[in-house]
Amino acid sequence: MAGLAKARPAGGVAPERPPTARQLFGALPRRRPSGPPGTLLALRTPLPGRIRTLLVLASVAVPLLVWLVLGASGAVEPRFLPAPGAVWTAGVEMARSGELVTDAWATVRRILYGYGLGVAVAVPLGVAMGSFTAARSALEPVSGLLRYLPAAAFTPLLLIWLGIGESPKIALIFIGTVFFNMLMVADAVRQVPLELVNVSYTLGARRGEVLGKVILPYALPGIVDAVRVNFAAAWGLVVVAELVNSQEGLGKRILLAQRFTQTDKIFAILVVIGLIGVTADVALRITRDRIGRWVP
Amino acid sequence: MTGLLELVGVGREFPRRGRAVPALTDIDLRIARTSFVCVVGASGSGKSTLLSLVAGLDRPSSGEILLDGNPVLGPGPDRGLVLQSGAVYPWRTVERNVAFGLELLRIDRAERARRVAWYLEETGLTALRSALPKQLSGGQRQRVAIARALACEPDVLLLDEPFGALDVQTKEDMQLFIRRVWRDTGTTVLMVTHDVEEAVFLGQRVVVLASDPGRIAADITLELPEERELAIKRTPEFLELRARVEDLVRTFHQHAG
Ligand SMILES: Nc1ncnc2c1ncn2[C@@H]1O[C@H](COP(=O)(O)OP(=O)(O)O)[C@@H](O)[C@H]1O
Ligand SMILES: [Mg+2]
Repeated sequence: MAGLAKARPAGGVAPERPPTARQLFGALPRRRPSGPPGTLLALRTPLPGRIRTLLVLASVAVPLLVWLVLGASGAVEPRFLPAPGAVWTAGVEMARSGELVTDAWATVRRILYGYGLGVAVAVPLGVAMGSFTAARSALEPVSGLLRYLPAAAFTPLLLIWLGIGESPKIALIFIGTVFFNMLMVADAVRQVPLELVNVSYTLGARRGEVLGKVILPYALPGIVDAVRVNFAAAWGLVVVAELVNSQEGLGKRILLAQRFTQTDKIFAILVVIGLIGVTADVALRITRDRIGRWVP
Repeated sequence: MTGLLELVGVGREFPRRGRAVPALTDIDLRIARTSFVCVVGASGSGKSTLLSLVAGLDRPSSGEILLDGNPVLGPGPDRGLVLQSGAVYPWRTVERNVAFGLELLRIDRAERARRVAWYLEETGLTALRSALPKQLSGGQRQRVAIARALACEPDVLLLDEPFGALDVQTKEDMQLFIRRVWRDTGTTVLMVTHDVEEAVFLGQRVVVLASDPGRIAADITLELPEERELAIKRTPEFLELRARVEDLVRTFHQHAG
């Protein structure tokens, strides 16, 4: 600044200034503005409620309609694709004979045991991994590796180790979900801001109190979310387990139906599996939203 | 008179690329009971490091820190800490945030409610007692953090740029607020900020921190009236003090530009 002022000649002639950026560079090309976004394709914008409901309904109705039309037209053999009516009848028949309830309960029970056990193990270990570097170093590499071993490939081993009762099925669900849950719970715990932990110490909290009164409540919605996401994997595994060896269960019922080419029965069972799964998912989602009411 | 809080030859080094780089060196500071001391310095001059050391969240590499003559060995409710982000518990209501320290002390319910009510009233949060932090404005959240720390009856309240994220109007409200709370509670305040005007307005004493490594460049006792209103910021005495401190901060700021 001072240098410039001094350089100005007494006569008042404008001093030599270096060219401005505008003078130095040519003008940039201008792009046509992108215009106001349409409602339907605007990125991450809420849609009007009516359009949303419409889209949700269509996503269910359109495949159903295609199925109805294909079934009615006879374009596809019922052996491959039974008509919706036939599936409904098969489902009602199974329900009436009581086998549907027995099978569904057998399957659900296996999930409750196997997945419940997995969650009971994964949550404490995951919290430890997320809270203590020592636990993380000890557990993360192993669980990260084991997670990539396909659980279904363990079925023969489990049969050799545990025999043919309920235990190999429960163990399969456990193995197939516990590592995912551990890592995801640990991630949820690591979201806790360090500042929150430090401030808690200055308010007089001991380590255990920080864990129980700060880290756990903060991570709880994330933990429930992890449990909800991995629940879907448990469903996939239980059906695989039942295909191999069992007396009852929805997977077993599918295998039996296949033996007699009862495609309508298979479809009915698939629908039941889907419905139970969605119900569980919605229940967990509601739980999460209630627990996480405080989340900004 | 010996201070309530004493820092004697305090230094803190951090390892950086295999070398120990000092963030703070030779900090000698004596803070009297019930005083209001502001530390100003450019960003990176070690202000947060200083408060972490006093809070006991970090240990000095050299020297020692004494509170009432006893060495500081770890964090505790006798040194309440308020950060720029507030760090309130988002799942707890305002009331239960303020009650946190008292819950840990197992104070009986009636006594706890009595104390919480006093601090809510003092900080103007009574009407918001059942609100969740996500429903609060930035200034209200800082009030919660301050009330939560004060409810533990700290010997010294440590404030780390507590109003740094607020807009100017809210910031001035909060400055008046913290002066009032300081007088009403009789606590001692050690506040760090990079805002010179704020430091001169709030403090009875302003300590200027030089950067690289952080060290004390000046320690100025302010001759301003004890009753301070915002209008004081326009008086010649204030402006002169402010200019003096600003010059000091600029002189000792190494990486200007
Ligand atoms: N945990 C840490 N590890 C390494 N260096 C740190 C750490 N904390 C602070 N520092 C360094 O110490 C110096 C002072 O930082 P800080 O106290 O945060 O400054 P201020 O709060 O005044 O902005 C900075 O150079 C910073 O990089
Ligand atoms: Mg800082």
